[in-house]
Amino acid sequence: MNTVLAGNPPAPSILSRTAIAAGGENRAEFAAAGASAKNDRMSVPANAMVSFEAVSKRFPANRSSAEVVALDAIELDVPRGSVTGIIGRSGAGKSTLIRLVNGLEKPSSGRVIVDGVDVAALGEDRLRDVRRSIGMVFQHFNLLSSRTAYQNIALPLEIAGVDRRVIEARVTPLLGLVGLTDKRDRYPSELSGGQKQRVGIARALATQPKLLLSDEATSALDPETTRSILALLKQINTELGLTVLLITHEMEVVKTVADQVAVIDRGAIVERGTTFDILSAPKHETTRALLAGLPSLRLPAFLAEQLRPEPSAGSRAVLRISFAGDSATQPILSRLGQVTGVEVNILAGAIDEIGGRPFGSLVVSIAGESKTLAKAEKHLAGQGLQTEVLGHVA
Amino acid sequence: MSPEIFKLLLQSTGQTLYMVAIAGLIGSLVGVPLGVFLATSGRGELYAAPAANKVLGAIVNATRSTPFIILVVAIIPFTRLVAGTSIGTSAAIVPLTVATVPFVARLVEAAIREVDPGLIEAARAMGASPLQIVTKVLLAEARPGITLALTLTVVSLIGYSAMVGAVGGGGLGDLGIRYGYQRFMPDVMAAVVIVLIVLVQAVQSAGDMLARRFDKRSRPR
Repeated sequence: MNTVLAGNPPAPSILSRTAIAAGGENRAEFAAAGASAKNDRMSVPANAMVSFEAVSKRFPANRSSAEVVALDAIELDVPRGSVTGIIGRSGAGKSTLIRLVNGLEKPSSGRVIVDGVDVAALGEDRLRDVRRSIGMVFQHFNLLSSRTAYQNIALPLEIAGVDRRVIEARVTPLLGLVGLTDKRDRYPSELSGGQKQRVGIARALATQPKLLLSDEATSALDPETTRSILALLKQINTELGLTVLLITHEMEVVKTVADQVAVIDRGAIVERGTTFDILSAPKHETTRALLAGLPSLRLPAFLAEQLRPEPSAGSRAVLRISFAGDSATQPILSRLGQVTGVEVNILAGAIDEIGGRPFGSLVVSIAGESKTLAKAEKHLAGQGLQTEVLGHVA
Repeated sequence: MSPEIFKLLLQSTGQTLYMVAIAGLIGSLVGVPLGVFLATSGRGELYAAPAANKVLGAIVNATRSTPFIILVVAIIPFTRLVAGTSIGTSAAIVPLTVATVPFVARLVEAAIREVDPGLIEAARAMGASPLQIVTKVLLAEARPGITLALTLTVVSLIGYSAMVGAVGGGGLGDLGIRYGYQRFMPDVMAAVVIVLIVLVQAVQSAGDMLARRFDKRSRPR
């Protein structure tokens, strides 16, 4: 099967210029990697599968609305062989961003380099060839209702003018890869959402692309189906060496499959780095807000209701302590009590993992005034732990 | 009913079928592409040509807003140009076709506009050319709708063909007016009505069946 499918040999994930921003303790290391990648850029222009260079997209004003700046000076690299996630709320510009990659949208300014070619500068004819080397998966699957699973997967090959026998040889193993061999002659209306998306993924792989774009591929699916589709995407990434660029509004998706993540808010990238760094030490408010949706970080309802932004007499400060990597296994709480003499009360907590590295958070309350709180925060910061004051409870 | 009248009934049925078949065929051959164009030539669409879209749309509307019996008479010079005469069954096909084209075009346009724009986007993302999008996506997905549109067209044509008796077109409608009405022969009128009902039923049932067969959107098993 791999002999048919593997269009590109797996490439090592190269940390490049802007894909990684400074994050926590690894700041120096990333800065170094960034600098070297920048220098290499001229000699090895294709170290990233996709590069956005000063990309802006404005939708001109019309009768019903003023000019909209959908994207503002985006700089972003998608490393070859990586799974890169772009996360943002709806309306943040992520849909526009992903559509620039295969030329469904044209930037107002800037360059979008895909595998060494500026797609923004291509005419429709050349663009069609480029699109055949980029697969795309959609939130609402976008399968033809008049075609069976097999015929849907065959469509991009028919469009590319591939011989019928070659199509047969290509589509059959793809049906196997996505686990739908027995649904070959079923119409989309006879398939479940997850099965439809599997057909969508197989279709995106039919032309043996080097890059797979995923536009909210799991947003219309239930949590269990989402997990299986994400596992399939990850499998495709590792087995076929395909670069995957996905956009989503769910941190869970990023956490599960992405190596790299960029957070987009109101048309600008506000934070980026490895998934582990961003999730364990979020800097930007938007990132924190999106993280709050993660099941393991969600605040218990009883607690969320009681939280007040300002302290009052006798109130206790509520603190979120984020663990990452090694610190997750240290006895930090008891040490905090011993060293600072602060009384610590555990309210909620969970340990999760990202890419095999432990990561978690504890929500604790601390009695006492602001001086005690500052002392505790200082101690925790000294331990390399990230803390965030969520509020105060009476 | 006398054998002569029966013969007339058969002959008239034949004329009606002949007019409907030819006008339906030519009307569809012109109307379907026109409908595709109307559905894809708006601003920012596949074959964006907003000016041509507006002009053709206006012509289509003008033709459709003219009552058929007026159209028959109004285009007599054109009919004479095309058919060599303005009288008779073959000549009647000209106004029938002229009325069919915009009718088919608007119905096909509507059927194509029903196709999920997401499918067009998916096809573009695959590197499809506009022509491939039309043939492999739009026409394929709109096939049930287009089938129903053509069925409705044939049913309407059967009705229109009853009016071309005014220019000597013959057909079932003409028989009904001249014998059933003007000569007070209620049995002829009844026969005409029954034949028309059977024809329309047959066409509609066949069209529905085909459309159902083409429609894979909801078929629970």
